[in-house]
Amino acid sequence: MSTANAAHSVVEPSAGTRRFAGSLVILYAVITMIPLIWIVLTSFKSPDDAISYPPKVVFSPSFEGFCNLFTTRSRQTPEFIQTLGPPQGLCDSIARSRNMVVAGPSNYVPRFVNSLIIAFGSTVLAVALGTLSAYGFSRFRVPLKDDLLFFILSTRMMPPIAVAIPIYLMYRTIGLSDTRLGMILLYTSVNVSLAVWLLKGFIDEIPREYEEAAMIDGYTRFQAFVKVVLPQATTGIAATAIFCLIFAWNEYAFAVLLTSGNAQTAPPFIPIIIGEGGQDWPAVAAGTTLFLVPIVVFTVLLRKHLLRGITFGAVRK
Amino acid sequence: MAEVEIRAVSKAFGKAQAVNDLSLTVGDGEFVALLGPTGAGKTTTLRLVAGLETPDSGSIRIGGRDVTGDAPADRDVAFVFQQYSLYPHLTVFENLAFALRAPIRRVPEADIRAKVQEVARLLHIETKLDNKATQLSGGQMQRVAIGRALVRSPSIYLMDEPLSSLDAKLRGEMRLELKRIQTDLGATILYVTHDQTEAMTMASRIGVIEAGRLMQIGTPREIYENPVNAHVAARLGQPMINLLPAALFADVPLGAATVGARTEHLTIARSGGDVSATVTRIEHLGDQSHLHLDLGGQPVVTLADPEAKLGAGDIVSLRLNKPLFFDAVGGRVAA
Repeated sequence: MSTANAAHSVVEPSAGTRRFAGSLVILYAVITMIPLIWIVLTSFKSPDDAISYPPKVVFSPSFEGFCNLFTTRSRQTPEFIQTLGPPQGLCDSIARSRNMVVAGPSNYVPRFVNSLIIAFGSTVLAVALGTLSAYGFSRFRVPLKDDLLFFILSTRMMPPIAVAIPIYLMYRTIGLSDTRLGMILLYTSVNVSLAVWLLKGFIDEIPREYEEAAMIDGYTRFQAFVKVVLPQATTGIAATAIFCLIFAWNEYAFAVLLTSGNAQTAPPFIPIIIGEGGQDWPAVAAGTTLFLVPIVVFTVLLRKHLLRGITFGAVRK
Repeated sequence: MAEVEIRAVSKAFGKAQAVNDLSLTVGDGEFVALLGPTGAGKTTTLRLVAGLETPDSGSIRIGGRDVTGDAPADRDVAFVFQQYSLYPHLTVFENLAFALRAPIRRVPEADIRAKVQEVARLLHIETKLDNKATQLSGGQMQRVAIGRALVRSPSIYLMDEPLSSLDAKLRGEMRLELKRIQTDLGATILYVTHDQTEAMTMASRIGVIEAGRLMQIGTPREIYENPVNAHVAARLGQPMINLLPAALFADVPLGAATVGARTEHLTIARSGGDVSATVTRIEHLGDQSHLHLDLGGQPVVTLADPEAKLGAGDIVSLRLNKPLFFDAVGGRVAA
């Protein structure tokens, strides 16, 4: 063969292939990023700019959306507003320019806190339970193992709304309606099936010899699990946690049905902002923008684990 | 160190009988090698002693104590796995220290440090202590795996083909090294291998396992010179023993169906032997040459005398020199 071909490897993609793949990835990224960018931009628009047609890409930024998100306001006559003292803070002056006064904080912060507690709580529970049961399914002779695993998976096969009414009735009877605990348990039970299946795959890949070696070296099975299996399953645990968190964080159907006041999460709350004083898209967009932040932070924090790759090099296969 | 006694142990996995009524005693300070083909039950025997498997019947005693129902951690054994099984998330030092740091041991950290240094020096890996276990070559990983067992002073070291993944040169070095360590420490070792050289050179006694049964146990010399059956005879010897139909030879003992002829049992000359054979091929292995013969349709492999200057097609004459005789089912028949 010619010298030009000598450097060409059959497994390495060619420069052309690489460029094509790169542009595909960039194109896909742009397509998926547009709605997100649109939401973030809208959250900084004034209500008029938000609904202008054609849509404005260049506009003068405003914090009205965020102010409206965090406050409740009441409409007053200009004469009454004249009688008040100087506006207190940015949001108050924005409200007064629209003939309104800030009446108090909105429910966004408590709803957001509910979302944090419920989503992270259920993620921790689902991943913990999932890891333990995945380990059990992976390592022990469980009677009817395949049937049990199928049963666990089958709980994901129906749409959640199919069980919404029975769960609503059950929760009302046992007093879990509109409680954080109730929502944590519900999301945990939905996520644990995903966690078991995902983690079983990861734990199956960890050779048993590690635990056997540890057990011969004087560790109990549980100590070996903690010292040897968990550190090697971090990649799988991180990936599972992200999936569970995203589900629990975004869940809408159960949240809208089972919560109203105490335990309401952000997803059912954000749309009802619309109803307060006209079509307040900037406020909705602001609520959504802030709502995206925890997931982004969590994913970025765990990215290291997701990308770290599999470290099974020390066992010869 | 202590004596380990396996008493009439059987273990089946489903329908497969992995170990069948196996009894074996490893004396204090003894190096016993279990030799057998893949799937013969060698590793299962080792795992039964370690407590990683529970026997279906029979018992295991370590230092006179019945440990059949004990957890692996309570048996005071050390295991070297064939697949190294180094913890990839730990450094070499942490791998070596892992057993000493077990909650049941409570070894002071200073003692752990000293012991790990000592073992690392012994195995020539003292410069690698800060490396991640994954950043080692195969030979280094294997030495760390052995080192992980050596940091402890257990009743018995159980080793499952610990040298199988090394290249020939390193394997030769490690063989000598292991034997030296064993002699120095007076360690009791039960060693599983399918490599006859390892068994012959290191073991004080060899147990030959076939289909879950212990066929014969004895010193390497006994096993080599006095095998109880054709299976055992075929396990040792390079080139492999030639098992030939007795009908090819005159003057065989009553009941002998097969003649087992190793290289040293065959005298080859240009003429004057008992039977004649045709040279089919000469295989040069470097340090020795294998002479392939056709003896009445039966292949015979023996070592070639480099002085003989034989070539394919030559007719040679064979004489049997105190060979082994086996009956129709492979049992030994006295000459």
